[in-house]
Amino acid sequence: MQISVNGETERIEPQSLERYLSNKSLLGHRIAVERNGDIVPKSQFSDVILEDGDVLEIVHAVGGG
Amino acid sequence: MTDTIQVGSYALKSRLLVGTGKYHNLDETGRAIEASGADVVTMAVRRTNLGQNPNEPNLLHVISPDRYTLLPNTAGCHTADAAVRTCRLARELLDGHNLVKLEVISKSRTLYPDVVETLSAARTLVDDGFEVMVYTSDDPLIAIELEAIGCVAVMPLGAPIGSGLGLQNPYNIREILDHLKVPVIVDAGVGTASDATVAMELGCEGVLMNTAIAEAKDPIKMACAMRLAVESGRLAYEAGRIPRKRYAGASSPETGLIE
Repeated sequence: MQISVNGETERIEPQSLERYLSNKSLLGHRIAVERNGDIVPKSQFSDVILEDGDVLEIVHAVGGG
Repeated sequence: MTDTIQVGSYALKSRLLVGTGKYHNLDETGRAIEASGADVVTMAVRRTNLGQNPNEPNLLHVISPDRYTLLPNTAGCHTADAAVRTCRLARELLDGHNLVKLEVISKSRTLYPDVVETLSAARTLVDDGFEVMVYTSDDPLIAIELEAIGCVAVMPLGAPIGSGLGLQNPYNIREILDHLKVPVIVDAGVGTASDATVAMELGCEGVLMNTAIAEAKDPIKMACAMRLAVESGRLAYEAGRIPRKRYAGASSPETGLIE
């Protein structure tokens, strides 16, 4: 299946959001995730099963004024 | 100084609020913020680079949420929708921390606030439980409306972002101060210490700046200068300046002179 992550399309096997983030070495880091326009609380990473066509935004803090 | 500034549910010790953009590196960022004495430190929210080294130093390692009151901004957002989504991501990123700096800016070279989108985003965010510090133009009517919506601080620009031109319309800032009960904080346009002092002498509750410190030749020294400038301006405001007069008034007694 195909998902969009931070504007890039990616082909992945069906999996949980937690698994996806773990494979990207992002689990445990200070990030926030939006899925199809809605926030996914950290506590629900393992409950969310990614679906074909999902649009993810994964963000972190950077310097800014 | 012992006085505090109350912004929503936050009691802040420093009237200088600073940004974390444009520094050479995170070490310099940390040292400049420390030298500024600021409590409130702004940050931006951006897409994570999925290929990056996971152990790369993170801003939040240097600017700890335990030590500073983080103020995530919506810089770069050109629509209310993008700003609202950014604030919701920031709240999740910071474990429910609900204080945000709302800015919806135009795509023009002035980066002037888009007040139509700003008003719309402010309503949505206040309804959603955020404490909104809002960047806006120096239009007194818009400032009054943003307070009525429920923003916890209104932050008119002194001059365009990063311009360093200093307060271009002190009369409008003064007018805004006359009408608002929530803190008025000048955000953007400060170039050097005296600009910050001018804002504080007008009666502003604080000044928010980034470029003036980060792009100074010596950011650490400029951070110190800005801390002193803001304190100095506040003290002068509280002390009450003398009226301006057209002619001289001698400081020494005019009687008892020798002949």
